[in-house]
Amino acid sequence: MPLFAIAVLAAGTYAFRLAGPVFRHRMHIPDRLQRLLAVATAVLLTALVATAALTQGHGFAGWARPAGVLVGGALALRRAPFPVVVIAAAATTAVLRLTGIP
Amino acid sequence: MLLDMRSFWRTLDHGSLRDISLVCLADAIVGASFGAITVSGGLHPWVPVTMSLLVFAGGAQFAAAGVVLAGGSPAAAVLAGLVLNARLLPYGFTVADTVGGRWWTRLLGAQLITDETVAFTQRQHERRRRRVTFWTCGLALFGCWNAAVALGVLAGTALRSTSSFGLDAAFPTVLLALVLPSLADRGTRNAALAGAVIAVAATPFLPAGLPVLLALAGLMLAGRPATTEKEGRVADDNPVLEAR
Repeated sequence: MPLFAIAVLAAGTYAFRLAGPVFRHRMHIPDRLQRLLAVATAVLLTALVATAALTQGHGFAGWARPAGVLVGGALALRRAPFPVVVIAAAATTAVLRLTGIP
Repeated sequence: MLLDMRSFWRTLDHGSLRDISLVCLADAIVGASFGAITVSGGLHPWVPVTMSLLVFAGGAQFAAAGVVLAGGSPAAAVLAGLVLNARLLPYGFTVADTVGGRWWTRLLGAQLITDETVAFTQRQHERRRRRVTFWTCGLALFGCWNAAVALGVLAGTALRSTSSFGLDAAFPTVLLALVLPSLADRGTRNAALAGAVIAVAATPFLPAGLPVLLALAGLMLAGRPATTEKEGRVADDNPVLEAR
């Protein structure tokens, strides 16, 4: 990832952050927009989860990775501690690969 | 910050301090994962470190790095990160009263606006308490997050093979754990699932990075909010911890 891309992302992010403290007396953010931004966040992250779990390049990633993510997701739903969730996911995938599942 | 220590301890009760420490610890673990996963995935060590200092938004950092690691273009990575961080815009208005009136406290405070700092600040109602909470939480998180990312980078550099440790499963799992709470809302869940199906279905045909952005079409299924949000409680309702 080139430094230029990081700089653009950082500058845009900072602009979002700074708008409120600078313009708070002159502008109001409508509730509908706030809700839309919150849902957009969830949509984008979920799509990233799905593509990162299921695909590699333009094809299927194999069964081991999504199986690990599924185990991690189930643990997260049961409110397991964060390190447990991540380690269990990675361990599941690693063990499945050891047994020959790609 | 900006306050002497004695009045500081009086203003911030032990419960809040304990909660802030716990969130710092949780975020540090996510930050360490970010450092380790990105470096073992093949990014140069300064990428996660610079991103964490300048962007300081875990969700967007994971998203942008994920797009690049999947072979996507830097432009798609930046766009995904910016869409995620657009939610910081309303946050800025929510906590604008706490960053102070001087230009330099505004410039500095703005960088500390995250899901967590806003959530903690919104639990306080008295002005001075809000201010102390914002600065304490913000500075503590900034320190923990960046230190943890650097440590994660060191650990990640030691791990050679990503796939034999199953680390490629860690990245989507981290994001899933972060997004799960927000999927409790039905409208959000429908939109997110539709978006995920669109993104996966488009992956064979589109350049990497674009399928994820195409998922935003799922927003059309979001519908109306199930409950009307209470005034000034945006951060509590907002689902996605900024990856911490």
